[in-house]
Amino acid sequence: MSAVAANAPGVSGRPVEGCEAQILADLKREFGPKLLEARVVRPRVAEVAIDRADLLALCHYLKEVAGYEHLGCISAVDWKDHFESVYHIENYATGCVVQLNARIPHDDPKIASVCPLWNAANYHEREAWDLMGIVYEGHPNLTRILLPEDFKFHPLRKDFPQEVDRQYISRRKLKGGK
Amino acid sequence: MPEFWINMGPQHPMTHGLWNMKVKVDGETITDARPEIGYLHRGVEKISEVREFQKVIVLTDRLCYVSSITWSHAYCLAVEKMMGVEVPERGQYLRVISLELQRIASHLMWLAAYGPDLGLLTVLLWSLRERELFLDLIQLLSGARMNQNYPRIGGVRNDMPENFEAMCKRSIEHFLEKLDHDYEKMLHESKIFHMRTQGVGKISAADAVNWGVTGPNLRACGVNVDVRRLDPYEVYEELDFEVQTWKGPDAGDSYSRFICRFNEMRESCKIVLEALAKMPKEGAYRTKPPRRGEGEGYARTEDSRGEALFYVCGDGDDRPYRVKIRSPIFCTMAATPIMLRGNKLADSVAILGSIDVCVGEIDK
Repeated sequence: MSAVAANAPGVSGRPVEGCEAQILADLKREFGPKLLEARVVRPRVAEVAIDRADLLALCHYLKEVAGYEHLGCISAVDWKDHFESVYHIENYATGCVVQLNARIPHDDPKIASVCPLWNAANYHEREAWDLMGIVYEGHPNLTRILLPEDFKFHPLRKDFPQEVDRQYISRRKLKGGK
Repeated sequence: MPEFWINMGPQHPMTHGLWNMKVKVDGETITDARPEIGYLHRGVEKISEVREFQKVIVLTDRLCYVSSITWSHAYCLAVEKMMGVEVPERGQYLRVISLELQRIASHLMWLAAYGPDLGLLTVLLWSLRERELFLDLIQLLSGARMNQNYPRIGGVRNDMPENFEAMCKRSIEHFLEKLDHDYEKMLHESKIFHMRTQGVGKISAADAVNWGVTGPNLRACGVNVDVRRLDPYEVYEELDFEVQTWKGPDAGDSYSRFICRFNEMRESCKIVLEALAKMPKEGAYRTKPPRRGEGEGYARTEDSRGEALFYVCGDGDDRPYRVKIRSPIFCTMAATPIMLRGNKLADSVAILGSIDVCVGEIDK
């Protein structure tokens, strides 16, 4: 099921009913206990939480067997006690999206790179390293992309200080109170 | 002749913003390229974390000043998914109308930038003239020409004015006539335009999918994917439109990208007229969303440039815990070296102009 096949006469670029339940059942059958959480969020969206060690096996299955050939996005989230690297992987033939939440311990922010599978991961992983400081092991060129080369911090981490006070001045403060 | 690197940017008429395309040339042939971005990084994702959910809409508007409504709409949609808010039907139709008007305005702005890239200054003047029609319509609807701040979490800011439907019909009729006569003669029948754009900047469908190219740039490769059709949001399911895919030979070159965008403007006009006809004549256009949100929400929409994706996390506060923006051109940028390799240096402008770069959304 490649992009060229998605363009074949039988496939119309329209969503397929029940694709999210199908992929969830397939993943449960293949990876059973490795899925920490698995649920259907809404039609055409399934969500799966895994440990970082199982990432490559799952991604390989999704791309090569199930036909999920478009990597939409990689987002890194700092949950203070652990990091999460969130992958949105899409199937152009059915319109289904699988959201993979890979958990990463906070003191060892490393995870395997999915660049060998999807080249699209290249820029996303560089951005996640740049802003969140997660090391994607096996990435061909893990350098800063948005911030200057000599920048020392990873600003999207929660311990990077930012003015957290409300951005408006209350009426009481204006009158001279605290 | 030894190969060497040339900086095309950050100050170059081709870049339409502040970014740098480093190209390696052997004589006049490009052998390698490396885009350098980040000059416009404003940290929108970080600033969002200290503002209330509603106040982030102002920031997402400024992600791309050419198509603000599509961006703030994508953000609102993601937050609605997180909070579980249902938008009333009239609100959804109003959103679709504003989105499509914005898409036409954005495509016209792209055409206005692409014309001078190829030395066609008339296209600049004509497209900006026609864009004015749609900016006026958007102003009528939302009160502002740019950075409209129109979508809200749970609907839209205000209902449409009374004479809006008639104005839309009049403007669109005028615009379609211009497209069919003036523009076709100016661009489709121009031999110079064909010579500059045909066969340059090619990318195969398999490469485009693998590198994450989306939107009109992907459909130009012949892949029939449009998020409005593939994963319908709002009321796109009930509207009848044709996904514009390149069907001829030479898929994935600059000319096919031009044709896909050009035809999309016609489709958007159709969608606006159909939405105006099908829209419920009265009813609420907005619901009151909760102040706080918990969990995670994700939405993908068809932006004017490709697939826009927002991933929003909440921790029960009235501010988002994390906002992640997926910009379509950020990913397309990664694929530009493939398009450029093997072409002449003089064609790089005809290639990079055709992917519709918007630096505001790339650099976030």
